[in-house]
Amino acid sequence: MNIPLTSQLINMCAALLLLIAFAMLSQRRILSLINLFALQGLILAFSTALVAHTSNQHHLYYSAGLTLMLKVLVLPWVLHRLIRKLNIKWDVETMFNIPTIMLVGLALVIFAFNLAAPISQMAGTITKSTLGIAMASVLLSFLMMITRSKAVPQVVGFLAMENGLFFAATSATYGMPMVVELGIALDVLVGMFILGIFFFQIRVAFDSLDLHHMEKLKED
Amino acid sequence: MSYSALFFQLVQNVLVLLAAPLLLGWINQCRAWLQNRSGAGMLQPYRNLIKLFHKDAVLAHNASPLFRATPYILFACMWLAAALVPVLATDLPLSPAVDVIALVGIFALARVFIALAAMDIGTAFGSLGARREMLVGFLAEPALLMVLFTASTISQSTSLITIVETLAHKQFVLYPSMTFAAVAFFMVLLAENARVPVDNPSTHLELTMIHEAMILEYSARHLALVEWASALKLLAYMTIGIALFAPWGIAEGGNWNALPFAVVLLILKLTIAGAGLAFVETMSAKMRIFRVPEFMGTAFLLAVLGLLTHFLLET
Repeated sequence: MNIPLTSQLINMCAALLLLIAFAMLSQRRILSLINLFALQGLILAFSTALVAHTSNQHHLYYSAGLTLMLKVLVLPWVLHRLIRKLNIKWDVETMFNIPTIMLVGLALVIFAFNLAAPISQMAGTITKSTLGIAMASVLLSFLMMITRSKAVPQVVGFLAMENGLFFAATSATYGMPMVVELGIALDVLVGMFILGIFFFQIRVAFDSLDLHHMEKLKED
Repeated sequence: MSYSALFFQLVQNVLVLLAAPLLLGWINQCRAWLQNRSGAGMLQPYRNLIKLFHKDAVLAHNASPLFRATPYILFACMWLAAALVPVLATDLPLSPAVDVIALVGIFALARVFIALAAMDIGTAFGSLGARREMLVGFLAEPALLMVLFTASTISQSTSLITIVETLAHKQFVLYPSMTFAAVAFFMVLLAENARVPVDNPSTHLELTMIHEAMILEYSARHLALVEWASALKLLAYMTIGIALFAPWGIAEGGNWNALPFAVVLLILKLTIAGAGLAFVETMSAKMRIFRVPEFMGTAFLLAVLGLLTHFLLET
């Protein structure tokens, strides 16, 4: 096995991203969830910068900087402020049986690895083997959105899914064009603010952030 | 078998026997410091052992020979396990006899005997502890095996010596799969050695105790052997962790000149590992007993993920 060190580091980052995806899946506390999300962004920025360094793709440095700004600093700060204002800092969520969710997650990982295997054989990037992990983290974030009942963890799941997609784009094709990336970043930011307003509206209407209440909206 | 190999084996046997209580004392001292207590000193486990060996043993009327034999079996198993792990030199005559699967088997043997002995007297606490120990054990064992399999797939062998030589000898390579394996192994270590998130090693008074509940009926030299065995088990787990995840600086083959360096490095690694363990124990709160299956399930899952990432990223 003779892989250059930077490539090994990228693989390591990929493994850490997968680890964090599972940690988020099993995390009950909202505060730790947001910290994990910030950590995920940090590792993502680091690995993107590494890819930029190895492949001499300078626009990826901007992507890495953007990720660092947006997903490590701004969004976690907004989320922290939100949960302070909503006063749900110590909210502990009840959800499905965690081992079951973890087993479903494991099945998803195997599925993603199999799905990515033929694609990564065609890709010519040095990061091609990490595509499976990127797809797995997208699916795991999706699973997190499905299994959570409260609003804030669902939004964190949505943001984590965007992280996974970004990582997939970096590992398969050295990132999307800059215009697209800027557009997505802006979308995520604006989406976050709108969802933040929604949180307050939901709480005013139902006295809780549990989204199960929204299933009873229809008139009898 | 050469004389030097025999010598290494003897050195390791004596060393683990004497170092195990010291490691325990160091961890307890670190915990005391972290909790703003002055602590009993690092030599306290030795004092406890000496005190217990001087006392007269008290046995329940209905204790069977199994109850008397168990401390000796337990002690022998743990001593053997600790002596098998190559930490100082990779040229150990005992090691080829036992691969990692048999090593897990030795731990299982000890567990079965202590659980049987706990139920032997017939007290409520004993059988309660035995059941809980089995609950933790049957979840921890597959996780431990998966961790060891991850290391085995990297080195293409289940022999501990080959694993350590492969991991220590090659040029520096980052194994993403070993990150997962390391996290899973640490969780197994906490559960198997009755450390804080799973069990509290320093209490006889909690209803949630696991390990202590099983050995409540033991006294004097029996208790001393059981406690010494626990210290040896902790040392064995720590040295397995060092052998798998930080094997650098081991005296390969029977290299005499590398031995002093290996000893110093091992002491350094154990000091750091012990302090780290104490730190984690201080930082975490004890779990409810019904959260333990969840904890161990996560450990197993991480170990399986390690195996999967090995096939994705490292082949």
